[in-house]
Amino acid sequence: MKVRLADIAHARSGDKGDTANVGVIALRPEWYALMVRELSEARVAAHFHGMITGGVQRYELPNLHALNFLLHGALDGGGTLSLKTDAQGKVFSTAMLRLILEVPDAEGATLGLPDAKG
Amino acid sequence: MKSVVRIASGQGFWGDWLAAPRRQVEGGPVDYLMLDYLAEVTMSILQKQKERDPAMGYARDFVGAIDSVLEAIVERGVRVIANAGGVNPRACGDAILALADKRGARGKLKLGVVTGDDLLPRLDQLIAEGHALANMETGEPLAAIRDRVLSANAYIGSVPIVDALAFGANVVITGRSTDTALTMAPLRHEFGWKADDWDRLAAGIIAGHIIECGAQCSGGNCLHEWQSIPDLANVGYPIVEARRDGTFEIIKHPGTGGRISVPSVTEQLVYEMGDPHAYITPDVVADFTSIRLEATGQDRVRVFGIRGAPATDKLKVSIAYRAGFKAVGTLVYSWPDAMAKATLADRVLRERFTMLGLSFDAILTEFVGVNSTHGPLAGDGHANDEVQLRIGVRSSDRTMVERFTRELAPLVLNGPPSVTGFAGGRPKVEEIVAYWPALVDKTVVMPQVEIVE
Repeated sequence: MKVRLADIAHARSGDKGDTANVGVIALRPEWYALMVRELSEARVAAHFHGMITGGVQRYELPNLHALNFLLHGALDGGGTLSLKTDAQGKVFSTAMLRLILEVPDAEGATLGLPDAKG
Repeated sequence: MKSVVRIASGQGFWGDWLAAPRRQVEGGPVDYLMLDYLAEVTMSILQKQKERDPAMGYARDFVGAIDSVLEAIVERGVRVIANAGGVNPRACGDAILALADKRGARGKLKLGVVTGDDLLPRLDQLIAEGHALANMETGEPLAAIRDRVLSANAYIGSVPIVDALAFGANVVITGRSTDTALTMAPLRHEFGWKADDWDRLAAGIIAGHIIECGAQCSGGNCLHEWQSIPDLANVGYPIVEARRDGTFEIIKHPGTGGRISVPSVTEQLVYEMGDPHAYITPDVVADFTSIRLEATGQDRVRVFGIRGAPATDKLKVSIAYRAGFKAVGTLVYSWPDAMAKATLADRVLRERFTMLGLSFDAILTEFVGVNSTHGPLAGDGHANDEVQLRIGVRSSDRTMVERFTRELAPLVLNGPPSVTGFAGGRPKVEEIVAYWPALVDKTVVMPQVEIVE
């Protein structure tokens, strides 16, 4: 089944120079392990292809059921240099939540995952 | 000695809700009011203002904030800590004293002004002594842009603020102190936490991180179940209710709007986060992976289990430097086929840049839009009803950017149809003041506290 990240997590993002940080927080504790497995650095880098010029780093915060991603080269130089509307990476959070995960049907049923319609 | 200390957050950045400081001191019991005015971008704006007028360079909103809470400071002993000093803390102090004169409160305000963060006068000496002040992102030495540097400020920790409180200051003004130090300092002052009590110090830093962005932890800008967050018009700013053992709760005043929940606090915890194992501050390295959260009541979240590690021997330095020019212009294209029209306009513009021999370090086109041109007639499908063409350029050559600003308006008559939104006139050319993060040895920065009455 297909699962939209927006249906199983919430997120907030901000900036450090030319790097955007995106914190992704599981809506239910039991969905955190799935996020850890599916949201690899490579997967997230592929998702943001065309939006970032640098690499992706991931950190785990199991107590908070959250992952923190650093997206390098995300902000056209960052801060005052940037020409972007989102010069401080404030909505990279929701851009991340557009990600669609492929989850085996049986696992989806066990975890009570919402199906991404359409 | 207090067993519980309440620190209220009243501003999360320069430009935040003007009513918040007063609401925080009038809405219920608080011991301290913490006002955070500084962001990376703010420092460069303040620096530009100081260039135009040497008596400026601080967050002027702070004067109004103190005006609005003066009675609480003088009558009820609420103490205020703010990094409103920006690049000119003494001028900020002078403005507060002038206000005290005007309000007949001179003699009742004791200001602690923290200085010593300004490294600009010592920059050449520091470089000569071998401090490269290399850019933390690119590794380039500061010498490469030395002639374009406008300001250089070290991030100062909580120690000088604690000193100012110990001297009896009821208003403490700092320049570039860390945002978190503003919350940490009163906790160290009240509870006497030792300089190597890493777990408690880390708790103080994390308390500061949670409330430093004002209502961003109490329902503001909160994605989690945002539709049901009550009464944002009256959103309650957060308060840390801290105990000596380093545990604390995040609360807000009763009867205020917004929401404090485990998800709302978690969103703020991950905001502007780097490596969560090592959140580095001048006072301590805090481990965000150790944090535990628990809802302990309505709009009440307990934070505990926090671990810290010894501070490093470096301080971060925030350097602002001139980095060329930019301009951003917009035009709005309307239904039908708005996107196709805007796309064609972008292509026409870029062809004209080529014909004029204009070259830029960067050109960025974005397409923005929903229903500003046809109002309710646009319906709720939002399928390409209108598109704002937003195009920006950047160059070290000011004349190139100037020329760009004259190329947008002609498109209104000689480009694609159904265009509007040009009444603002030509885009403005802005000088870019860019940010250069660096590290410096702690031993070369000597913060000072001046007590002014």
